[in-house]
Amino acid sequence: MSASASSSTGRYSVFAIAREAMRLHSGWKRAWQSPEPKKKYQVVIVGAGGHGLATAYYLGKNYGITDVAIIEKGWLGGGNTGRNTTIIRSNYLQDPSAAIYDKALKLYENLSQDLNYNIMFSPRGLLMLAQTEHEVRGYKRTVYANQLQGVSTEYITPQRIKEMLPIINIDGPRYPVLGALYQERGGTARHDAVAWGYARACSAMGMHIIQNCEVTGIETANGQVRAVNTGKGRIECDKLALVVAGHSSVMAEMAGFRLPIESLALQALVSEPIKPCCDLVIMANTVHGYLSQSDKGEMVIGGGTDGFNNYTQRGSWQHVEETVRALIETFPMLSRLKMLRQWGGIVDMTGDRSPILSTTPVGNIFVNCGWGTGGFKAIPGSGWAMAELVAKGQPGPLAADFGLNRFIEGRFIDESVAAGVAH
Amino acid sequence: MLILTCPYCGISAEETELAPGGEAHLKRFGPGSSDADFESYLFARKNPKGVHFERWRHAYGCGKWFLAARDTATLQVFGTYKAQTPHPTPEIVAAVQAARPGWQPDWIETNADTSAESPKA
Repeated sequence: MSASASSSTGRYSVFAIAREAMRLHSGWKRAWQSPEPKKKYQVVIVGAGGHGLATAYYLGKNYGITDVAIIEKGWLGGGNTGRNTTIIRSNYLQDPSAAIYDKALKLYENLSQDLNYNIMFSPRGLLMLAQTEHEVRGYKRTVYANQLQGVSTEYITPQRIKEMLPIINIDGPRYPVLGALYQERGGTARHDAVAWGYARACSAMGMHIIQNCEVTGIETANGQVRAVNTGKGRIECDKLALVVAGHSSVMAEMAGFRLPIESLALQALVSEPIKPCCDLVIMANTVHGYLSQSDKGEMVIGGGTDGFNNYTQRGSWQHVEETVRALIETFPMLSRLKMLRQWGGIVDMTGDRSPILSTTPVGNIFVNCGWGTGGFKAIPGSGWAMAELVAKGQPGPLAADFGLNRFIEGRFIDESVAAGVAH
Repeated sequence: MLILTCPYCGISAEETELAPGGEAHLKRFGPGSSDADFESYLFARKNPKGVHFERWRHAYGCGKWFLAARDTATLQVFGTYKAQTPHPTPEIVAAVQAARPGWQPDWIETNADTSAESPKA
């Protein structure tokens, strides 16, 4: 490798580790730069979470556009990218969903190599438990749809589930486990590393990542975007991409349009670390609980959203209680665990529970939002499709069905019925 | 936990007793309206970060729909009021302005229809 011959440690490799070990780790560079903003960029992306950074990365990689600033109100990856349960899967019912989520999964499979940054992708397998007759029929239907879409999933029996996952109680009195939708390629990744890896790659291409820089206004003229006003001054841009999840409606208000989005709090919690007992990701949609075990040994538990608009990153206590109460029936051993941490994120929900990748009523403003409770798994595919939308000014095949026009035309991509609740 | 006082039965109800019903005071568009108006009525939402007016139902109580003024950025509740009003009542506006000086209504006041008591129904 050429980088290993140079004195600087730009590229991560076994040679870089060996060389740095010899010189007391004095040569590691910052993974990304923190420059002051320029007066003007070709593309400004608001939001340095996974989706915003991935959009920037594929703008550079696929379209050679590197005059890009990614501006962030807080810190990099500190919003929903750092607040999710890191589940990755692509077993969706509708064709457009399967296409973009499976693109994301395929990109995840090689992302560590692509970014030269270990995102700790762990395709450990994912089970979606069927605990009612309705879910049994729903998941069988999804398996058939996935076969047509070329996404490999299967429907498995309770006995096979018990073999794969000895800690499960399949004979629960209220919600017995009747079967499961199994996606072998599904799994988890290290969420922070996804943001950090993309940020490092973007910075290496010369893009500017500007943190602690809140957008306070959007300037338009003749129906076209001109600039954004920020805490660090006015920044002109030819194109503006709004990739801000829970704050999408706030950005849209600044630009003068409304979105079919409601911002809700979604919570997750982790237990004290225990020895390895669960090498799968389990989703139990009937009881609103998701479970996986982190590399540290913590049980990572996700629940359902609150029902009312909320920007506080704090959720309601009863949802934590409902989630844990429901999971304990299926995983009785959890009842002995202490919970260490609990947190909330603000998710941007659309009516059909599908995302929006779209042009907007304002020229050269593009939105990528509405990923709701399932954004993390989509990050690479979302960035890939959004980069095409921003670069060309119109959506490519992956994003075409996710435009805002689907609401006026009634072409919903209805995953809310298909998925029950969850992502 | 969010606590709202039902303006009908007067009970101070916890969130678990209530069902959220989304943005209040939507202007309805139906047959004969433009596609854009109909779409906007069905889907476009203010979703503000700050003062918000929304519908709630006292689902495990008296069962009535009512309206609440709340801040989505702080979870502060400014007050609740009856559903039969096209805009938040003057009392609610005063309560919001007491807590958020400088906040201004974004609707146009019309005579006689801003009070909760005025609708004949």
